[in-house]
Amino acid sequence: MLRLEGLVKNFGDKRAVDNVSLAVPAGQLVGVIGRSGAGKSTLLRMINRLVDPTSGRIEYDGIDVTALQRADLRAWRARSAMIFQQFNLVGRLDVLTNVLMGRLNKVSTTRSVLKLWSDEDKALALAALEQFGIAGIAAQRAESLSGGQQQRVAIARALVQEPDMILADEPVASLDPRNTRIVMDALRRVNRHFGITVLCNLHSLDLAREYCDRLVGISAGRVVFDDVPAALTEHVARELYGLEADEVMDMPASRAPAGVVAVAA
Amino acid sequence: MMRAYAEAVAARRARTALGLVILLLLAAVSAHVSEVDIGKFVDHIGGVGGYFDRTLRLESGARVWTDPADWLWGWKRWGRLLVDTLLIAYLGTVLGVIAGFFLCFLAAENLTRSRPLRFAVRRFLEACRTVPEIVFALVFVVAFGLGPLPGVLAILIHTMGAMGKLFAEVVENIDMNPVEGATASGAGWVQVVRFAVVPQVLPNFASYSLLRFEINVRGAAVMGFVGAGGIGQDLVEAIRKFHYSDVSAILLILIATVMVIDLLTERLRHRLMGRGAA
Repeated sequence: MLRLEGLVKNFGDKRAVDNVSLAVPAGQLVGVIGRSGAGKSTLLRMINRLVDPTSGRIEYDGIDVTALQRADLRAWRARSAMIFQQFNLVGRLDVLTNVLMGRLNKVSTTRSVLKLWSDEDKALALAALEQFGIAGIAAQRAESLSGGQQQRVAIARALVQEPDMILADEPVASLDPRNTRIVMDALRRVNRHFGITVLCNLHSLDLAREYCDRLVGISAGRVVFDDVPAALTEHVARELYGLEADEVMDMPASRAPAGVVAVAA
Repeated sequence: MMRAYAEAVAARRARTALGLVILLLLAAVSAHVSEVDIGKFVDHIGGVGGYFDRTLRLESGARVWTDPADWLWGWKRWGRLLVDTLLIAYLGTVLGVIAGFFLCFLAAENLTRSRPLRFAVRRFLEACRTVPEIVFALVFVVAFGLGPLPGVLAILIHTMGAMGKLFAEVVENIDMNPVEGATASGAGWVQVVRFAVVPQVLPNFASYSLLRFEINVRGAAVMGFVGAGGIGQDLVEAIRKFHYSDVSAILLILIATVMVIDLLTERLRHRLMGRGAA
């Protein structure tokens, strides 16, 4: 169980996240929705501690995540894997090495610096790629792949961290419709198959409705909606998205993902 | 609109002209303050030509190229000293680059959050590259005695200082997304550097190191002036004892060597950069 209590983050005098409290039971696939700049990304980054909260508390199964330091903090980061909009792979390294980077927390510094991966780790990484049907490209450089392939490599990297939770920050915002499907299906698979909790920032309401068990709506850093997707009426959506509402709704995701529309608009 | 554009261009021209005037004025002032006398330069310019003219004559008075065997009489010894010089430059470059490599990450703002540590490393690197190699060499000759060791150490320290700074700048220009990705997956600082930073910077580092090797060959050539090994010893002796044709012979060998190294490293660097772009 992940618990956020009164979480606040200020950037200068701008409040990005404003008193967010949330409880996420293990195994849920939660969509975090809201317009761009609402604070969704900052919220997810705080959970992984890439960003430190200004105040408030993050707790996971009794661990005070906000107080973690050094080795404990790195161990927590391995448990709460992140997926990024820009994939954040190392372009010049091959795919398998990129996936193996998910094991870094569990390998000694000396062994990892010399790239002395154990056979188990290599098998694990290959199996993770196999999960998403891309084991065949293990030897290719990450920068030579398409966006959809890169994001699947990133999910494989997250998976070999053997995480309790995956935090996906706009994972499909730079992908075309077909790859959007593939990546969202992959995230759902990770959730259903391995019971890993997934928190996913999404811009597109239709995707959020389709894939998530629960939606959390954020507006100006505050939680303004928290319920099952069915409860999200058009009225609430309009409040959540304001002028962007028409872009994110009634637009079949298979034709145009919200990201593309938002960029075009 | 046209007039506004013309005015903008005129203003820019005026600024450029003003900048040039200031630049030249400053040059004139520094010449005056440091007593660089243009008149003296004009009076004695002939002396330089005369010196070089003399270096191109053998003791018999004949032009050097009429008797290459006599001109390059010491080629065996000079060749050996030249190899020494190259080895001093090579060793100093390799060791200095390795040291600079390890220090550059600590000097880079995007990787080292601790200000005091970054400050300390940067000032240290600065000190290493501000003191000229030849000064280090002199000090080390006093400490370790004559021979190539002081030369290697002097080049090592200077290279470490210069490369550490240059490498740090390369590191500060990397794409930080992979760094974020590695950090978020629980990697430690050393692991982040190894996997997310080094692959991005390695081609540039190699290219700069080759360039540095070229510079260090020139540096090593004068190490002998202060007794720190290599061909410089013979060169300075030839100059002081007025063995004119020896001066030109050693310079010829040196220039030819540096040219060959220039060509080789340039080719290597282009290949490295080509691969960097792919």
